[in-house]
Amino acid sequence: MVVFLQTIVAGVLIGGIYSLIGIGMSLIMGVMGIINLAHGQLMMVAMYITFVLSHYMSIDPYLSLLVTMPALFLLGCFLQKFLLNPLMKKESVLPENQVLMTVGIAMVLAEIARFIFSSDYKTVKTSYSSSAFFLGNISFNVPMCIAFVFSIAFTLVLFWFLLRTDMGRSIRATAQDKDAATLMGVNSSRITIITFGLGSSLTAAAGSLLIPIFYLFPDIGGPFTLKAFVITILGGLGSTVGAIFGGLVLGIAESLGATYIGMGYKEMVGFVIFLLVLVFLPGGLKRLTKV
Amino acid sequence: MAILEVKNLTKSFGGLKAVNNVSFRVEEGEIFGLIGPNGSGKTTIFNCINNYFPITAGDIVFKGRTIKGLKTYKVCHLGIGRTFQVVKPLSRMTVLENITASAFCRVNSIREAQDEAFQVLEFCGLLKERGKLARSLPIGGRKRLEIARALATKPELLLLDETAAGLNPTELDDAIELIKGIRDKGITVLIVEHIMKVIMTISDRIHAINFGQTIAEGTPHEVANNPAVIEAYLGEGYAQG
Amino acid sequence: MRKRSIAFIILGVIFLLFPLVIHSGYYQHLVIIALMWVVIGSSWNLLAGYTGLVSFGHAIFFGTGAYTAGVFVTKLGISAWWGMMFGGIVSMVIGLAVGWICLRLRGPYFALATLAGGEIFRLIAINWEGLTEGMVGILIIQTFRSKIPYYYIALALAFLCVYVIYSLMKTKWGYYFLSIREDQDAAESLGINTTLYRNVSLLISAFFTGMAGAFYMNYMAFIDPEVVYSLHYISIMAILVGIVGGVATIFGPAVGAFVMVGVQEIFRSAFFGVAPKWISQAHALVFGLLVIFVIVFLANGIVGDWSKIKRTVFRIRESA
Repeated sequence: MVVFLQTIVAGVLIGGIYSLIGIGMSLIMGVMGIINLAHGQLMMVAMYITFVLSHYMSIDPYLSLLVTMPALFLLGCFLQKFLLNPLMKKESVLPENQVLMTVGIAMVLAEIARFIFSSDYKTVKTSYSSSAFFLGNISFNVPMCIAFVFSIAFTLVLFWFLLRTDMGRSIRATAQDKDAATLMGVNSSRITIITFGLGSSLTAAAGSLLIPIFYLFPDIGGPFTLKAFVITILGGLGSTVGAIFGGLVLGIAESLGATYIGMGYKEMVGFVIFLLVLVFLPGGLKRLTKV
Repeated sequence: MAILEVKNLTKSFGGLKAVNNVSFRVEEGEIFGLIGPNGSGKTTIFNCINNYFPITAGDIVFKGRTIKGLKTYKVCHLGIGRTFQVVKPLSRMTVLENITASAFCRVNSIREAQDEAFQVLEFCGLLKERGKLARSLPIGGRKRLEIARALATKPELLLLDETAAGLNPTELDDAIELIKGIRDKGITVLIVEHIMKVIMTISDRIHAINFGQTIAEGTPHEVANNPAVIEAYLGEGYAQG
Repeated sequence: MRKRSIAFIILGVIFLLFPLVIHSGYYQHLVIIALMWVVIGSSWNLLAGYTGLVSFGHAIFFGTGAYTAGVFVTKLGISAWWGMMFGGIVSMVIGLAVGWICLRLRGPYFALATLAGGEIFRLIAINWEGLTEGMVGILIIQTFRSKIPYYYIALALAFLCVYVIYSLMKTKWGYYFLSIREDQDAAESLGINTTLYRNVSLLISAFFTGMAGAFYMNYMAFIDPEVVYSLHYISIMAILVGIVGGVATIFGPAVGAFVMVGVQEIFRSAFFGVAPKWISQAHALVFGLLVIFVIVFLANGIVGDWSKIKRTVFRIRESA
């Protein structure tokens, strides 16, 4: 019983952080309809920045959020403006060009990281990395808890932003109907740029928060991109609220999978859920079948 | 003999009844018109006939056999052809290729399909355009291509969905001639139309609907003078006379 | 038309005589791999370029074909060449399952689902050690010492694949694939059983790709999950081969195969040893940059944009 509860707790904690990644992708997918296969790699970039700050300047990972979030925001804007927006106007036989472009971007980012940092596993250890506190028999890993709290905080801020500010409303308008939004004076290409930047910076936050827990290496992005997708689709495309639930579900499912099936198959849990959801879950899925 | 019978057709989208208990019979060889204001459910009825949307309730009987729930491509094979209100050309294929593709519904070799396509091209006046990409055609050409493609499937019943919308007066006359020509070939035509000139001049009988329900049926003259129809189109003021 | 026939005959003769004239194992290897990619690229093109179903998971079929051949040796104790006959068939069976799951999705979601599929197969291959030997991979004894027999097998496979697709596209099936690509709903209303034909396209594509995989097992004599089920080096490469050469053209993938294999090798070998070492290490980076470059500048491929390319080249020549 304790094992079960422990598994659930671990799942919820990491699920909360996963949600950040999922919300970032959800935003991008919802607003631009862009399938961003470079999402995990963006997170990787943030993690490497955090690593450098920690390793060479002894800056605490949580402090590095102040650097990584803006940095990735800018990177995201750059990518959208120069590589992705131009594609929207191109006419070619394959409409999936934009997906392929993000694949290219993902590869480039990962390889640049490999070039600079080599494929070695890097870690960021803090004084509290392994500390935990106990509630009864259940241990709560401290970095995870801090990360979880940050995630909640960021999510709340995001919601406030989307609901209360003009920019946020413009983003939601563009997500619902790009043409209508444009007709109402929303500069949709600027919105897409900002949204991609925003999504990237949320992912960056997840990266900085997760680095005390995971090993860092150039290929770490791939699995996280997949996780982001699973979350996005579980929660319903474009739904930021849904992404929260999706993140929690994925976190718990992975945790259960790791405990009761085996570590090797943990990665597969994500993929299998992804396919099951694609096939069986009607919810947000009806939209997928009538593009 | 009624080639098509729509019996108590109801189509709901969630809570909204787009088509509510509509019934009519189309006799073989006639041109049967379906009119109604925007949003009255005309295209939805078409979409139900060839099962593009599944029916909520009621039945559709074609040549004595129920076709409810039959896959769309099978409905075509049975002999019902249709055009789409918002035309769906196979854009990156030529006009000839568009029609050849649909001719394969009845034949298997490319030679036969192309022969059939040429016949249809001539009949529809598209021979000169045969080498052009479908997307390069202006709207009039696209509408004619839409009809030509449906004809290549050798239908016994042809469903025409607003084929005259967007045409200029000359094109309109050509369209009317084309539809009459189709009927003269022995094909029954069920036509949804907005433009009064077209539907009143060529229809043998008309069925009028509004808000998904039947409001009148009869000859063009009868329907035009029906108060409910006048009210639906022109408003209550005019209905009083 | 005659000019084209003569060009084909010359090309055919060149390909037939190639390994007898060029004895270098290195170049023979490159051409064999390129021929293999002609098969994979053309198969992908049938599904994506002609039927409009852009697969990001062709590694599923390649890897399955390769493992079928490998498992024939390790588990059944028979020659891997039997695997070559069955590699295509097993891939087709897998294709049916893939189709059942993925074909109900449209556009980018089909792409994503196939991508996920490829990754799932990779993970299964890594973890199901009882069947696949896991990360260790499968090692077999090569049947032939010389590369020449492999060359002719690859050549025959490439020719067969391109010829079948070429013939197919001129028949009813070809028209139906294109119609489905252009407008699935319109196609359905014209009497085309879109579900059936999309599956047919997928199965043919899976078959040839599976054969290519089985060939790879026989030729390289070693496979492991990271190689044959690789997202980047099989699935994405297949897409690049198709796009670089020219999607929805018959010879585009063939051209793309040779170009992509050539370009990859140029960077991997650091311009055949002429350029500094780090270029070789950066070849994966170059691959990624290539993807970006191709989409931005060559979206219709070499064959597709041939007239545009000629104009650009001639304009450069004129101003020189």
